[in-house]
Amino acid sequence: MSETIIRGGTVVDPANGIHGRHDVVVRDGVIAALLRADADDGGAAESIDASGCLVVPGLIDIHVHLREPGYEYKETVESGTRAAVAGGFTSVACMANTNPVNDSAAVTDYIRERAAAAALARVFPIGAVSKGLKGEELAEIGEMQRAGIVAVSDDGMPIMNGGLMRRALEYTSMFGLPVIVHEEERTIAGEGVMNEGTLSLRLGLKGVHAAAEEAMIARDIALLERTGGRLHIAHLSTAGSVDLVRAAKQRGLAVSAEASPHHFSLTEDAVDGYNTNAKMNPPLRTACDVEAVRRGLHDGTIEVIATDHAPHHRDEKEVEFDVAANGIVGLETALPLALRLTEECGIPLATIVAAMTVNPARILRLPHGTLSAGAAADITVIDPARRWTVEAARFKSKSRNTPFEGMQMQGQAVLTMVGGRIVWRADAVGGA
Amino acid sequence: MASERQVHDIRVVMDAQAIDRALTRVAHEILERNKGTRDLALIGIRSRGVYIAERLRAKIRAIEATDIPTGIIDITLYRDDLSRSHQQPEVRGTQISFGIDDKRVVLVDDVLFTGRTIRAALDALIDLGRPRNVQLVVLVDRGHRELPIRPDYVGKNLPTAVDESVQVQLQESDGRDEVVIAPVEED
Amino acid sequence: MPFAHRHLLGLEGLSRDELTFLLDTARSFTEISERDIKKVPTLRGKTVVSLFYEASTRTRASFEIAAKRMSADFVSLTSSTSSATKGETLLDTARNLAAMRPDAIILRHAAAGAPHFLAARLECPIINAGDGAHEHPTQALLDLLTIRERKRRLDGLTIAIVGDILHSRVARSNIFALNTLGASLRLIGPPTLLPPELRAWGETTTSLDEGVRDADVIMMLRIQLERQGKNFFPTVDEYSRYFCLTQRAVAHAKPDVMILHPGPMNRGVEIASDVADGPYSVIMDQVTNGIAVRMAVLYLLANRPKLEAESDTESAAVQDQVPAPAPRLRRRAG
Repeated sequence: MSETIIRGGTVVDPANGIHGRHDVVVRDGVIAALLRADADDGGAAESIDASGCLVVPGLIDIHVHLREPGYEYKETVESGTRAAVAGGFTSVACMANTNPVNDSAAVTDYIRERAAAAALARVFPIGAVSKGLKGEELAEIGEMQRAGIVAVSDDGMPIMNGGLMRRALEYTSMFGLPVIVHEEERTIAGEGVMNEGTLSLRLGLKGVHAAAEEAMIARDIALLERTGGRLHIAHLSTAGSVDLVRAAKQRGLAVSAEASPHHFSLTEDAVDGYNTNAKMNPPLRTACDVEAVRRGLHDGTIEVIATDHAPHHRDEKEVEFDVAANGIVGLETALPLALRLTEECGIPLATIVAAMTVNPARILRLPHGTLSAGAAADITVIDPARRWTVEAARFKSKSRNTPFEGMQMQGQAVLTMVGGRIVWRADAVGGA
Repeated sequence: MASERQVHDIRVVMDAQAIDRALTRVAHEILERNKGTRDLALIGIRSRGVYIAERLRAKIRAIEATDIPTGIIDITLYRDDLSRSHQQPEVRGTQISFGIDDKRVVLVDDVLFTGRTIRAALDALIDLGRPRNVQLVVLVDRGHRELPIRPDYVGKNLPTAVDESVQVQLQESDGRDEVVIAPVEED
Repeated sequence: MPFAHRHLLGLEGLSRDELTFLLDTARSFTEISERDIKKVPTLRGKTVVSLFYEASTRTRASFEIAAKRMSADFVSLTSSTSSATKGETLLDTARNLAAMRPDAIILRHAAAGAPHFLAARLECPIINAGDGAHEHPTQALLDLLTIRERKRRLDGLTIAIVGDILHSRVARSNIFALNTLGASLRLIGPPTLLPPELRAWGETTTSLDEGVRDADVIMMLRIQLERQGKNFFPTVDEYSRYFCLTQRAVAHAKPDVMILHPGPMNRGVEIASDVADGPYSVIMDQVTNGIAVRMAVLYLLANRPKLEAESDTESAAVQDQVPAPAPRLRRRAG
């Protein structure tokens, strides 16, 4: 029997309404108990000193691109999960826009094998909605679920065909799988490469109007009303989108939403000077939109924080803005950006932690995201006061495409534990 | 120390009256040597050479009742030191509204020092046409030539040390007429 | 130093003084093109490279003539001759060129921000000859020079810009500069080409007659016929019915109105033939001024001492009578 005690930390477990000083006892890879602080443990266990730290359920990121199979030069399951645990994540759900696309059991199996071999973070594959992500025919969702997918998504591509979207919502309800949607009306978005507005006008770049996102969200919410099924909206970016989701929730619809750290931390101004490390899809928006996303996180309209970790090779970013690839890495910078919200907008810590643990877990129906007794010991220890500077060259991810280079951050995962096994430990952490 | 500019280090070597007398004499010399005003043209080198050329023009008009064509030459684009300096000399342009072919061109400048400005002016002139001859008027010749250039008419010969600076101040640009010598200011 | 920038990437952000200085300097170069010997030795021994990823005969020729009149050596690369067709990236092409130590690179590219991309990575001065829909600074400068020659000023003028402003780099550069210089702008076109954010830059209207009323200057922009397929306007015919500059429309402007067009013109589409050939049109002046502007820009940018570590703050005042700085003088003892 192996036993570990994480001592002296402040446990934040929103699933069980816990927020206070507790010691966490882990036995044989499972959470045994939460003890009152300074309770006597009999002295037999291995001890981890978490004083001054937060102890939370292992963080869960349900929107990650691991790029394997097919784009291993950007990232692999191994390097991606290494980046994940370094960022404090014990579980990630990875999108299907690989090469070949994950629209079959074979690719799903392959991804799961790679994850098992890496033995770092847990990986939950998301299968494609349509074959080859072409947006025409349904993929074999049942077969993929037997292979282990936890959701379906054509992310990377929007589902332009409303008829297909309707059938996808209907069909997936048989399997209890949510449809995760990338909302971008392509004919409205046109050839846009950044938010359409004053800055795009100044820079002479083609813009993506907010309506491209909002029009499709409106369509999918209307479909949801008719079809049942579960809709999860990825990377919400505009104020109008937040309003649509809020209204839909008020009507009791089964819609959930996520926001990425860059969409609640950066505005389109980050693009000024043609900075390709601020180019992503959906694009960074205005200060008003950022405000609205933050309010959405505060009032529960947006219940999930997910990074949309999108690694790209330097050759794909060190080019003219128009042709640069969309997306940034996010696993290793998400936590301090999320923690910042507690100070900057007064969002309670428990709300933030829930958005990265129990909420994403519930949407994908994962048995994680809590510190309940008997749950797998997926635990993240966070030092909320630790200051560090972002240095992309030191990322565990293979890719370096971040707009946060050189930025001062506060808060970092100092220990990440998956199933009772320590998979990440920051330098100079105390204890044991 | 050497960076302080002491008042007693500045010497006035020509006052307004001295300048005027010198220019009157030069005007007479020009007319004498060229036997009148035929085919004569004055070209002042920007910028103080221009004012001096205008004054000579006025004096010649007073003496001979003839107005000589007068133009302005900007030698900035012909300088040999543009790549070396951190400055970015302003180009204000050459304005010569008459042809210089076969003319006796009298170049006018305020101070003759190394001779490089005049070299540049000659190059600029050659690009504009083919004068019959080119003559040179300077208000002050302070020596230390680096090129084989010599003036035809001199207001005042002024032996100086290389590390001194000769400044011509003119009413038109500086509010008073004066030629002074000062030690060079530290950069 | 009046113009302290290493590159000319655009007119946005240049101060009133800097713009005026550029125009004044360009003005003083016009004289050279009127002489018999249209050459000055100023850039002798310097190498200027032009890298054009978009076809352009006139701008390229104008730069070439400007460089040669400054006695510089001029090397011209277009996208068909360059290795871009072999798949070489912009960055690699530029790096290879930079290794040959040019004194300036003139870049025209379809992507906005391409010159900025190079400027951030190369040592040598970059001159933007047009980057996507973003800016075309030398074109705007020559427009401004042409206007200023005729009207003697720029501030307080009413200037109407007509056409596809949304996609026009010439329009942007002109708008940035004219707003800095205090002109009053009217921006005219169909609603599809007049995004609401344009209102920050000038009065917008879809009526040509209203827009050119009492204008001092009318700038017509090219309609790129390939826009037709993208639903900005249904047909060229319909567009020109509402926005072609005819005699009738010109009559609403001031009697001494100037008309500019960056060329090449689509006669009968943006501008009626009789207007294009009429007395208000200054298109030939624009061409002459274009060379002067480009000579001035090359003069200001290509003359940098190579070893300079960008110490722009270290500028001594221009000394009129000292042609060559004497060797650094020692302090006097005592």
